Amino acid sequence: MSSLPPYASLGQRTWFYTFRFLCGLIFFFLIFPILVIIPLSFNAENFFTFTPEMLSFDPAGYSIKHYMDFFTSPDWQAALRNSVSIAPAATILATGFGTLAAIGLSQSHMPFRSVVMAMLISPMIVPLIISAAGMYFFYSRIGLQGTYIGVVMAHAALGTPFVIITVTATLVGFDQSLVRAAANLGANPVTTFFRVQMPLILPGVISGALFAFITSFDEVVVVLFLGSASQKTLPWQMFTGLREQISPTILAVATILVAISVLLLTTLELLRRRSERLRGLSPG
Amino acid sequence: MSDTSQAETVLTTQDGVPLKVSIARALRRQKIRALLLVAPLFLFILLSFVAPIADMLFRSVENDLVPSTLPKTVVALQVWDQHSGTLPPEEVFAALAADFKVATKEKTHTRVGSRLNYEKPGISSLFRKTGRRVGKFEDGNYTEQFLKADKKWGDVEVWQVIKRFSSPFTAGYFLAATDAERTEDGIQFKPDDERIYLFLFGRTMILSITITASCILLGYPIAFLLSSLPLRSSNMLMILVLLPFWTSLLVRTSAWKVLLQQQGVINDTLVWLGIVGDDSRLALINNQTGTIIAMTHILLPFMILPLFSVMKTISPTYMRAAKSMGASDWYSFWRVYFPQTIPGIGAGSILVFILSIGYYITPELVGGTSGIFISNRIAYHISYSLNWGLAAALGVILLAMVMVLYWMYDRIVGIDNVKLG
Repeated sequence: MSSLPPYASLGQRTWFYTFRFLCGLIFFFLIFPILVIIPLSFNAENFFTFTPEMLSFDPAGYSIKHYMDFFTSPDWQAALRNSVSIAPAATILATGFGTLAAIGLSQSHMPFRSVVMAMLISPMIVPLIISAAGMYFFYSRIGLQGTYIGVVMAHAALGTPFVIITVTATLVGFDQSLVRAAANLGANPVTTFFRVQMPLILPGVISGALFAFITSFDEVVVVLFLGSASQKTLPWQMFTGLREQISPTILAVATILVAISVLLLTTLELLRRRSERLRGLSPG
Repeated sequence: MSDTSQAETVLTTQDGVPLKVSIARALRRQKIRALLLVAPLFLFILLSFVAPIADMLFRSVENDLVPSTLPKTVVALQVWDQHSGTLPPEEVFAALAADFKVATKEKTHTRVGSRLNYEKPGISSLFRKTGRRVGKFEDGNYTEQFLKADKKWGDVEVWQVIKRFSSPFTAGYFLAATDAERTEDGIQFKPDDERIYLFLFGRTMILSITITASCILLGYPIAFLLSSLPLRSSNMLMILVLLPFWTSLLVRTSAWKVLLQQQGVINDTLVWLGIVGDDSRLALINNQTGTIIAMTHILLPFMILPLFSVMKTISPTYMRAAKSMGASDWYSFWRVYFPQTIPGIGAGSILVFILSIGYYITPELVGGTSGIFISNRIAYHISYSLNWGLAAALGVILLAMVMVLYWMYDRIVGIDNVKLG
């Protein structure tokens, strides 16, 4: 299917181009909604559609007022502050615990591995609304509902499965004899970990951390139930914005978030290539 | 090595410990080390995640309120036969008066009232009214005084409800969550027009199946194209799949909200093209169409990625062999290629289905009233109606459904084969 052979019949040719066209339409469906909000966020009017001025590329039809609104509105700024204070804390917790656990789980002598693994992965599988409900009930019993610590704990729990999966995947290619060699040369376990094992699994740890970060940064269901007004994050503010007073500032925020995801995606791709090179899985 | 020499010389390490013992000790040390590495996260997840889920399971059957607020009444009611059709004896009324006096002081009687109101409407106001009068009750002849305070106390059904909820555990929430109720003739389903939860569960299933089917329909060609293109161009196109995957859920939902509105981009384009009239703009949002379109878009990468990883492993020589033996393009695809992609379809479908039956945000924002899922009802009971027990019971049922699906996923794909990006 990659290219048409020279002897292809008319029917095959027609099908080949029809198929390509259909795929093009599906790709359009995938990417169009994300691209369309970018020009709309520069709309000079408070509309959610293209104005005639915008369509004729009149500079008067475009403005950055929605971005100004985002950077000056106290609501949005508070939400941004909360997001950038919750997500890193949750990421650090998730990455620290998750990396240690992944190393433990990859050892051949780990007892009850599958049961423990299933339990540690479970926050990823249980639907968010159920996690949110359970956490709301339980955290209000122990007084963590509506606190910063409660939200961070919940987000860290949701992020750990990603760290475990990525770090375990990197450890599959890790040569255990390197650890033995280090021990043989007189390094203690801590030195071995930081000087030998850590540099090699670092790409996995970082991509796990990125996953944990984006999980917390994008998360809205749990924080909606668990947080109080003083933990209002960006997604929460967007959610209320979309449900109640729908304002085009949301599109400006969305564009900024798309830029952040492009950045994260690029970083991850670079890390993946580096990790494969380090493990000798692919030449480039 | 002969038998005798083996019995006499036990292999030892340098310090004289038998080798077997030494190995066992080393193994044990390794096991403990592995456990110690896992322990911090294990405890953390136990506290922050497993305990909440367990708490929810507990809440879905818990019924502590009646026994703890009306302790004496519950004990006194034990001798009363609820099928007798007569009111409980004077001792029960005396116990109730005593309980009520304590409860009104602590203001807990209204909570019991609103809890029992879920079972029999009217009890909430009965409890509040009685709470105001009970302070003036004189000793003795309680039955008459209660009946004077509110004649509903003469209703045997009220007492039957109290007696039914006097045990510390109840199946009442689960019955309510499945639209059943306990009547005097045993457990029965509610009349058809009152069955909201079964209806919502059904709709959640049907919409999830529709979304999964659309994902297969749209995802299969894309995965096929990506797996057949040379690496360089497929990597480029893969970005178009991964970018939506990495974009915030709220961003994608707001994009659809913008696109699908009555005055939105899609309707404007259609009007401009003359396909629909300006006065007959399509209603694409706040209904099931909105939910299906937006969620298909959001979950499509979860279908494409597993399909792609399966198709990547299928050697193109099979198709070539089939064609060289005279099969047509369609026949060789359908009989040779397609059967090999079924594991991928299975994995992707279960993944998409699991994700979609628990969705909350997108249906809430673009689903209106006809496109909402059972999770929206759970959220409603937590935040607005405050019927936490019912929310927990609905959650437990949903969780059980997901667990069954997940178990199937584990059988088909294996939990360790979860891939990210």
